[in-house]
Amino acid sequence: MKAKAKLEAKPRGLDFQDLILKLSHFWVKQGCVLQQPYDVEVGAGTMHPETFLRVLGPQPYRVAYVQPSRRPADGRYGENPNRLYKHMQFQVILKPAPVDVQDVYLQSLAAIGIELKEHDIRFEEDNWESPTLGAWGIGWQVLLDGLEITQFTYFQQSGGLDLDPISVELTYGLERICAFLQNVESVYDLRWSADKSYGDIRLAEEQQLSEYSFDRSDAAAIRQEFELHEKEAKELLEAFKQTEGKATSRFPVLAAYDHCLKCSHLFNMLDARGVISTTERAALMGRVRNISCRTAAAYLQQIGGPAQRREVLA
Amino acid sequence: MTPPKTSSKTSSSDKATSAKKLELLFEIGCEEIPAGMLPRAEEELKVIIEKLLTTENLTQGVTVETFAAPRRLTAWVRGLPVKQADVVSEVTGPPKSVAYDAQGQPTRAALSFAEKQNIRLVDVYLVQTPKGEYLAAKHTKRGRTSEQILAEMLPRVIHDLTWPRSMTWTGLDGARFIRPIRWIVATLGGKPMHFTFGGVSAGNVTRGHRFLGSGAITVTTFADYEKKLRANGVIVKPADRLAKIERELAAATKRNGYKLHYDPELLKLVVYLNEFPSVLEGTFDEKFLALPDEILITVMRDHQKYFALERKNGELAPNFLAIINLAKDTKGLVADGHERVLRARFADAQFFWESDQKCRLADYLPKLAKVTYESRLGSYADKVERIRDISRWLVEHWTSLGTAKAHVADADRAAELAKCDLAAEMVREFTELQGIVGGLYARAQGESNDVADAIYDHYRPVGLDDPIPRNVIGCAVSIADKLDSIVGCFAVGVVPTGSSDPYALRRAALGIVKVILDRKLPLPLHNAVSTATKALLHHQPKLAAPAAQEAQAFEFILDRAKYVFREKYGFAYDEVNAVFRSGVDDLLDAQRRLEALKSVRKSKNFEPLAVSFKRIRKILEKANLKDGGAVNPELFENDAERELFKSGREAAARVQTEKRAGHYDRALDQIAGLRKSVDRFFEDVMVMAENEAVRKNRLALLSELLREFTTIADFSEFGADER
Repeated sequence: MKAKAKLEAKPRGLDFQDLILKLSHFWVKQGCVLQQPYDVEVGAGTMHPETFLRVLGPQPYRVAYVQPSRRPADGRYGENPNRLYKHMQFQVILKPAPVDVQDVYLQSLAAIGIELKEHDIRFEEDNWESPTLGAWGIGWQVLLDGLEITQFTYFQQSGGLDLDPISVELTYGLERICAFLQNVESVYDLRWSADKSYGDIRLAEEQQLSEYSFDRSDAAAIRQEFELHEKEAKELLEAFKQTEGKATSRFPVLAAYDHCLKCSHLFNMLDARGVISTTERAALMGRVRNISCRTAAAYLQQIGGPAQRREVLA
Repeated sequence: MTPPKTSSKTSSSDKATSAKKLELLFEIGCEEIPAGMLPRAEEELKVIIEKLLTTENLTQGVTVETFAAPRRLTAWVRGLPVKQADVVSEVTGPPKSVAYDAQGQPTRAALSFAEKQNIRLVDVYLVQTPKGEYLAAKHTKRGRTSEQILAEMLPRVIHDLTWPRSMTWTGLDGARFIRPIRWIVATLGGKPMHFTFGGVSAGNVTRGHRFLGSGAITVTTFADYEKKLRANGVIVKPADRLAKIERELAAATKRNGYKLHYDPELLKLVVYLNEFPSVLEGTFDEKFLALPDEILITVMRDHQKYFALERKNGELAPNFLAIINLAKDTKGLVADGHERVLRARFADAQFFWESDQKCRLADYLPKLAKVTYESRLGSYADKVERIRDISRWLVEHWTSLGTAKAHVADADRAAELAKCDLAAEMVREFTELQGIVGGLYARAQGESNDVADAIYDHYRPVGLDDPIPRNVIGCAVSIADKLDSIVGCFAVGVVPTGSSDPYALRRAALGIVKVILDRKLPLPLHNAVSTATKALLHHQPKLAAPAAQEAQAFEFILDRAKYVFREKYGFAYDEVNAVFRSGVDDLLDAQRRLEALKSVRKSKNFEPLAVSFKRIRKILEKANLKDGGAVNPELFENDAERELFKSGREAAARVQTEKRAGHYDRALDQIAGLRKSVDRFFEDVMVMAENEAVRKNRLALLSELLREFTTIADFSEFGADER
């Protein structure tokens, strides 16, 4: 290759909200249900029941949604240009995974204004695992000129259960992609709409929630909340075991899952507060995994799916 | 009916085996395979094909070459016959005398033989054997065509490839592979073959580069495939991709006048990361050069896979070379993108560097209580306590011997700070910089050079070719850390098995051995292991390691030492075994014994003496004599015994003297000098004498010899082959 080409002026990239609209439109045309963010705090789009539970069982499903994802330990008081307490993921689940899924994914990049032939786009090994969800998959992170823009995963297990059929999960990092499109260095400088920046809309939340989770949250109270939610999830799951016949289909397994999500978030809060010792950390994660796996098994029984062949985690 | 004529064995005369040879092109088309796994997969593909061709008797004049790229594994097999050779086999039946009666008519035996062989009686014949004439039948197994064989074999080839972690993409009953298989090319003699694997039908259509090529390219032979793929943005052969990269790297450095920060591992990786690699030049802000080189290079190499560049004076230049999977960057967008990513990474690193400096390294110590080492072995704070005990013991040991001059206070300080960087933001982000960051921070915060260097180096060596820590404190902390890992993990049952070694204990043991030998540090290993065991008991988690596990840990380290002596020092397998079998505690001592053994071995008396020692060991084992007891000269009946006893005792005294003086070669010479007496003994003396007392006395004499003269090396191990 000859010496570096002179950089041509980049086109004005999509506004943050237009990026969401374009991706939504693209995936709706691919037959996805356009869902909405889940209304319980989650650390990733995977934890939305539309992913965690829908990938179980045999029924085909396609869904797309934005999921604001809270990671208290990643908060930086709004002072770091790339790191956030809460970031936005655009999540797509295709069940079963179509044979041309990589090509379709690349078309979605073209749809948001990335000229595929003008960039160095690659699929680099990155397997994904969530110990608290008993979930893992094989896949890549997609790199756009060296920037990670999407996690691309063939789910192999969820809730400790082997999956059949296999779903593919695409998780777009919206802030990163948008910063790339708009050619800005700080997430807070992103244009959200024609006249509002990302900072206008989210900076105060970042500042306040970082301060809360690092400096002001009440660890003792959070521990109690964890216990309460765990207890309720367990009681529900225990009661489900005793339920028979018609009552089964109405049984609130989904509520048990909500409590499981609460536990996961509260664990993250304790972690950010720096009050978890090494042994306790592993133990707490094991407790969350325990209820998430039991919820997955109950859900599968409820929808009448075939008994999964192998339960890896009890 | 007359008996058939005797016929000799017919060899295969196969008209179908014509001179015509076929070429197989085989490609497994896949979604992107992890680059790090491709070199091994490329090798394994070749091995599997060759193995399966061997079982089909199809290897004569056949060559197999394999190539890997991110989306494809390719095999090129030349010289295949159109079909296998026919295989003719002959079965002999009853002898002629039984098969035919006096009138030359076939008997029941002949009839039943023909029936059993499923051939007509007229087709059986007589064959001459050393035992006389016998009835025989010939069977011809027709060779199958290569096409038939390969159509069955190739799915098996895909199936037999092994991966660190495979997946399924069509469900639990579907195929398993490293990533989904999306197409398969198989042509024989240029024509498509027919088979399926994992729901994919083989054919003659391949795919080009994702962005530079077509998604459907019809191919015939390998030459056609290679040429068409090249036109579609894929360079099939890794060697060609490497050549392109090296050419362009050289051109770029020539252009900008810098020197490449050479990195062979990165070079190999980018060869397998790209189907059409091109070198792209980028720059970054000079202000980042204020960060340490180690950090800049790690970010560029490990995170972005960029090559760093150096100025003529060896300092880093504010430039990098990226390998992209494209032909060119027409609009400059790719370079701009890579520069943006690097800028953000460097800005992060700078932020971590500055925020980490707000507190001192020692302030991180309490935070280590929250970083787990191993659940049962506690946190890194616990590990630090143990490392400090062990490294202090090491430094005291070496200073008392006068081997090294070092202050225990420095060793304590280095041990205390060694793991602190694990809690620093920089290492949490760039984990591969552990140790290095700690060393850099220590220096920036005014710790002594010795302490800073020791922290910086203490993970070293990470392999046989990696340098050891620069100073003796670094050596102490390095050994202490690794010893604690080994003893601790063995105590809780985390023992390396096969390919599983999650705490890299083999590497740790190798590191200990290398530090000791390279730096020539005397160290009684038994004591070292028990010091580590004591530290485990005295500090959290206050574990008592069972004696069996402690011994196992000791043996584990010796095992690595044997490996190092063979692989790095070139000692023969039996030499290493001989020395270790006679007991090893200090590796420097073992090394001196090995050197002596190696030099004395060449002398004329030595190998024959070793044979005699082996004989002695066998005799004693056979007699099942644990301890020979004392020799009683009164019971000797023969001059040869008396002489051996006398010369043995004299030699033993001289061997002791030489050994004490550290002259292992002279000691071994003394032992070699016994050859004559030993030979004479075996010529003249019958060890297993009738008289029990005499017999026992002779066995006692041999037992004494073995005991006295195998303390440097056990020669009865000599000549044993590598197992």
